[in-house]
Amino acid sequence: MIDEATARRVAHLARIEVAEADLGRVAAELSGILGFMEQLGEVDVDGVEPMTSVTPMAAPLRADRVTEGGERDRVLANAPDARRGFFAVPKVVE
Amino acid sequence: MSELPRLTLARARDGLRAREFSAMELTEACLEAVDAAGALNAFCAVTADRARAQARAADARLAQGEAPDLCGAPLGIKDLFCTEGAPAQAASRILEGFTPPYESTVTARLWERGAVCLGKLNMDEFAMGSSNEHSVYGPAVSPWRRAGDAAPLTPGGSSGGSAAAVAADLCLGATGTDTGGSIRQPAAFTGIVGVKPTYGRCSRWGIVAFASSLDQAGPLAKTVTDAAILLSAMAGHDPKDSTSAPRSDEDFAAGLSGDLRGRRIGVPREYRVEGMPAEIEALWARGAEMLRDAGAEIVEIGLPHTRYALPAYYVIAPAEASSNLARYDGVRYGRRARIGANEGVTAMYERTRAEGFGREVQRRVMIGTYVLSAGYYDAYYLRAQKVRTLIKRDFEAAFADGVDAILTPATPSAAFGIGEMADADPVRMYLNDVFTVTVNLAGLPGVSVPAGLDAAGLPLGLQVIGRPWDEAGMLDVAFALERACGFVAKPERWW
Repeated sequence: MIDEATARRVAHLARIEVAEADLGRVAAELSGILGFMEQLGEVDVDGVEPMTSVTPMAAPLRADRVTEGGERDRVLANAPDARRGFFAVPKVVE
Repeated sequence: MSELPRLTLARARDGLRAREFSAMELTEACLEAVDAAGALNAFCAVTADRARAQARAADARLAQGEAPDLCGAPLGIKDLFCTEGAPAQAASRILEGFTPPYESTVTARLWERGAVCLGKLNMDEFAMGSSNEHSVYGPAVSPWRRAGDAAPLTPGGSSGGSAAAVAADLCLGATGTDTGGSIRQPAAFTGIVGVKPTYGRCSRWGIVAFASSLDQAGPLAKTVTDAAILLSAMAGHDPKDSTSAPRSDEDFAAGLSGDLRGRRIGVPREYRVEGMPAEIEALWARGAEMLRDAGAEIVEIGLPHTRYALPAYYVIAPAEASSNLARYDGVRYGRRARIGANEGVTAMYERTRAEGFGREVQRRVMIGTYVLSAGYYDAYYLRAQKVRTLIKRDFEAAFADGVDAILTPATPSAAFGIGEMADADPVRMYLNDVFTVTVNLAGLPGVSVPAGLDAAGLPLGLQVIGRPWDEAGMLDVAFALERACGFVAKPERWW
């Protein structure tokens, strides 16, 4: 089951800020859902292949060439902060 | 209020072709109905200018003759579909202000065939939910109420706005998406028809992704024929989606006869779940009887891994969601959280996602992250994918035994009240998907058909599951059921 330390680690891996005070609630909710999943342990899956594609279909291939491009302004149009043709983010390197 | 929005799609098509009324008149009548139905909160954006421009073009096309089935038909589009120049937010705060610069393949196919876009429809955030209560726009409300009770009911979810809009006659049909039951459950709750096609039938390109190996777009409509017409337009091969099947277009409405002689329909014993209301049990038995009367042979079948479908789904879908939703980081689109002067990019990501995702989405992203994380991958994710193989094999065995289609209830209950499940633990809400989720895991087509009313006067649906790529055969069974049930009930107008 998930304790507060695990909840903190998972929240960070998922890049979701969770206040310290809420970690208990999050841990309890996640534990409840995982408890429900424990039933999968009853199934005999020896020798069973995990599903990778639900419809038996070969991956389609196409020629490796540019089909679309040169759409910088449309690509940037929805950015919360775009400057001089780039996405802008808070400083990453000190 | 004009009666035009109450028409079925097939009847409107005939009326438009016969010039009994124009596409513009029909569109204006629908826009008026939408405008008057604010209490349902079904539409989250109305695209009136676009609708009128498309209606004008449809009238021109109709005047020339040879117009496609959908020419001039006003439709609603789930907010999960990208619609060029119109907002697409997946009912999430994190996509606030997002206006897609492109059109999804499915909606593009509708517009090419002359359909009219009325606007975008409410839904559960990122299609995660069964009640439309997890929406940044607030809940969509069902046009149905329990007899003698004004308490607002859920239209189901995640395509709740689509179901409410079609059931309330605001539009002639709507698009939805179905990852675990998100078309079929709301259709059942609101007395309409909803189709989840075979995986790969409809292109996923331009539809906001939830769980890519399970997601399929499909129609919500007033009748089986209408659903077949819509599906024929939506479905088709698209090189932009590598999981889209290279199959030629089909006319799913052409072969509807309701004659089931020589067909074998399976009734799975594992779908008799504990605590299922007697009314649903009785409805199911009656449905089987009706199919027998239509000429079908009814056989009991076994789908032994059914009870593991929900836990497998709630490993696989959140795992895929956690990957798909990683793109919402406040950099390329949508809403970015404010951070302090001394905070860095990680704080920006984490606060953006904490503020932008609702609680259910956060829960599923974290569960997905957990089951994919080092040390747990084999125990949860890999095991769930093996169980998924077994679930698919159950269906394959039934079909190999000569079963043409399978009849089940659509939902384990009628619609519940908004807020009634607020204190329930998340798993109880997940149980809504118990009859529908196996179909997504196995990649099969499924359709929900309104089949009766419960004691409180609320619609109940039955589900027909088809063989892979046999939407035509599946819809014919649904058509027979529709004819035999003679379901004509409509919600009394209170909004």
